Amino acid sequence: MARKAITGNGAIALALKQVEPDVMAAYPITPQTEIAQNYAQFVADGAVKTEYIAVESEHSAMSAAIGSCAAGARTITATSSQGFALMWEMLFIAASLRLPLTMPVITRALSGPINIHCDHSDSMGGRDCGWIQLYGEDAQEGYDNAIQAFRIAEHMEVRLPVMTMIDGFIISGAIGPVETLEDADVKKFVGEYTALNPLLNVENPVTVGAFDSLGGWYFEHKVAQNRAMDNAMKVIEEVGKDFGSLSGREYSHFKTHMIEDAEIVLVAIGSAAGNVKTMVDTLRGEGKKVGMLKVRTFRPFPYKQIRQALSNACVIGVMDRSDSYGAQGGPLFTEISAAMFAGETRPKMFNFIYGLGGRDIFPDDIRGAVETLEQAAAGEAVSQTRHYLNVREG
Amino acid sequence: MAKPKEIANRPERLTGGHRLCAGCGAPINVRQVMSVCPGPAVVSVATGCLEVSTTIYPYTAWRDSMIHSAFENAGATISGVETAYRSLKKQGKIKEDMYFVAFGGDGGTYDIGLQSLSGAVERGHNFVYVCYDNGAYMNTGFQRSSATPCGAWTTTSPVGKEAAGKQQNRKDLTAILVAHDIPYAATASPHNFKDLMNKAEKAFTTPGPAFLNVISPCPRGWRTPGDQTIALAKEAVQSCYWPLYEVENGKYKINYKPKGDKKTPVADWMKKQGRFAHLFKPGNEALLEDIQEYIDRKWEELLKKEECL
Repeated sequence: MARKAITGNGAIALALKQVEPDVMAAYPITPQTEIAQNYAQFVADGAVKTEYIAVESEHSAMSAAIGSCAAGARTITATSSQGFALMWEMLFIAASLRLPLTMPVITRALSGPINIHCDHSDSMGGRDCGWIQLYGEDAQEGYDNAIQAFRIAEHMEVRLPVMTMIDGFIISGAIGPVETLEDADVKKFVGEYTALNPLLNVENPVTVGAFDSLGGWYFEHKVAQNRAMDNAMKVIEEVGKDFGSLSGREYSHFKTHMIEDAEIVLVAIGSAAGNVKTMVDTLRGEGKKVGMLKVRTFRPFPYKQIRQALSNACVIGVMDRSDSYGAQGGPLFTEISAAMFAGETRPKMFNFIYGLGGRDIFPDDIRGAVETLEQAAAGEAVSQTRHYLNVREG
Repeated sequence: MAKPKEIANRPERLTGGHRLCAGCGAPINVRQVMSVCPGPAVVSVATGCLEVSTTIYPYTAWRDSMIHSAFENAGATISGVETAYRSLKKQGKIKEDMYFVAFGGDGGTYDIGLQSLSGAVERGHNFVYVCYDNGAYMNTGFQRSSATPCGAWTTTSPVGKEAAGKQQNRKDLTAILVAHDIPYAATASPHNFKDLMNKAEKAFTTPGPAFLNVISPCPRGWRTPGDQTIALAKEAVQSCYWPLYEVENGKYKINYKPKGDKKTPVADWMKKQGRFAHLFKPGNEALLEDIQEYIDRKWEELLKKEECL
C-alpha cells in the first residue's frame, strides 16, 4: 500500500490500470477527460494489455463497450454530463443485455444552459437505466468503488453494469490523499473475468439482442433484471466487506455519523457529505442533536436499511445536488421519503437542493438548513418542503 | 473465388424460416455475402427489417454469432467486438481466425448510423460493412431516407398537389466511404451474384475496413411483385441508377459498362415500380428528364473517376 497525492481522476485511472481490463472505449468530455487520456497513455506506454478504442462519440463509446463486453472481454468506459446523456439509449441496452460493464461517471451539470461544473443531473437522470450506482465522497472512495465495481458487476447473481460516481472538479480535479493498493492485490481481488455466452465462441455461436416483442418474453426479462438488482443489494455488502479485509476500508450501502441519538439528520450524497459532517461536528459542539447519513448505493436503493437507520430521527433534511422538475423534490429526497413512509413513525421531511452547476455550498448554508429543521423539530410551521441553498432569489 | 456451384453447396449461414417478406432483397444479399466469408464470423445488425425478422426471440436464423443493440450503432458495435477479439487473441484466449461483418439498411447506414460507421472505418477496424439499400425506411412503413431516389413516393415524401414524391437526389454514400480512404469499397447487386460474392470475398480478405453497398429491392416499399426482385436489381444496374464498381486502395474499377442501347432509360425501370407511378401522369415530363440527367451526370463522373484515379 502507498499513500499518494493524486487527483480524483488520477486515482480512478490508476484503479482501472491496476485491474487492467481487456478493452477500454472512451471519448473525451470535461471533467472526465483526464481518465481517458491517462488510460490512453498507459496503453501507449505498454503498461497495460488493454486495447483502447478512441471512439467518435459517447454513443459509440457505450455501443463499442457493449459489443466488446458481449464478445467476451472485460470492458470499461468513463463519462460525464452530455456524454452520459448521449449514451442514454445504450445504458438501458447494456443493462438489459446483463453486461458487467463498469463506468466511472465524473458528475457534471447537464445543458442548458451549458455549464461544465459539478452537479448530479447526469447520473441522477440515469438512475432508472438499470445500472448499479455507487456514489463516492472523495478520491479515495472513487478509487475504492472503481475497483469494487468489477466484483459487483461480474458476480454471477448480479451480472449488471455498475457506474461509480465522483463529483466533477471538486473531487475529480482536486489533489487529495489516496491510499492505493498493490497491483497484484487489486488483480487478485477482482479475479479472472469469465464471460457468459460470449459472441467470440466458435463452438457455441449466440444471438445477442434478439427481437422480443409481443408474444415474447420482454416482461419476464425486465423482471429478471430487477431481481438481479435485488441480488446486488447483498453482493455490494459482501464485496464491501471483502474490500475492507484487503484495504482496511470497509464499505456498505451508506455511512452514518452521530445518528444514534440525533433528532435531526441530514442525508447527503457525494462530496458535500464532507462539508455536512464537519458542520454536524460543529453543531454537536453547540449541544445540538444532529447527525448525518451519507448514501453510497443509490441503485439498488437500500430503502429498508436506511429506514432502519433513520428510525429515531424526528426531522430529516435531504440534500440533493440535482433537481427534479415538477416533482416533490430531488431524486434522493423522494427516495428517502418513500423509504420513511413505510416506517412505524414518520419523520418530517425537508429537501435542500444545492450546488447546481457547481454553485458552492458554504458551512453557513448547511447551518441554515439545520435551523429550518430545528424550527420543524420545535413544532413551528415551515412553509415549504423544498428549499434551495445559496441561490439568488427574486 | 470458388465456383458458384461449390459455393451454393456450402451450409447456409442464414437459415430459412426467418420472417422477411417473400421477394425481399435483404436475405438474398446476406446469404450471398456470408457464403464467401472465409471463417466463423460475428455479425452486427442495425435495427431494421433484417434484424427484427431474423431474431424473433427465442429463435434466431443466424448460424454465426450475431449482435443487435440499436439502430444507429452497427459500426460502433462491431468495432467493439473486433477490438475484444484482438485483445483476447493477443492474450492467447482465442485461437481461431474470425471475421467481422455489420449489416444495416439505408436508414441505419446513410442516415442515423453514418457517424458510427464513419468512426469505425476511420479507426481502421478489420471488418466488413454491408449496406442493403432498399431506398427508404421500409421497416417502419416506407419513410424517406437520404437514399430514397428523387421522385419516389414514401409516406414522408408523399405525392400531393404541391409535391411529386421526394424532392431531392440521393446521398452518394459509396463516395463518402471512398473519401475515408479505406482499402476497399464497392457497390453490388444480387442479380450479378458472381460479382457480389467476388466483392464480398475481397472485402473479407482485405485487412482493415471494407464497405459494400448492395441494392436490395423491396417489393412492399417499391410497390413491385415479389418475383421481380432480381429483374429490378438488374435493370437498376443497366440503367446506371446503380452502377457496379469497386475502389481498391483508391483505384476505381467499373465492373459493368452498358454500351449504347444496353444502357436503358431510367424511366423504364421506374415505370415498373408503384412508388414512381405518379411521375408517369401528364405534367411530370420535366422531372423525369431531370432524373435521367442526374443519373447520366453521375455515370459520366464515375467514368471519369475510373479514367483518372
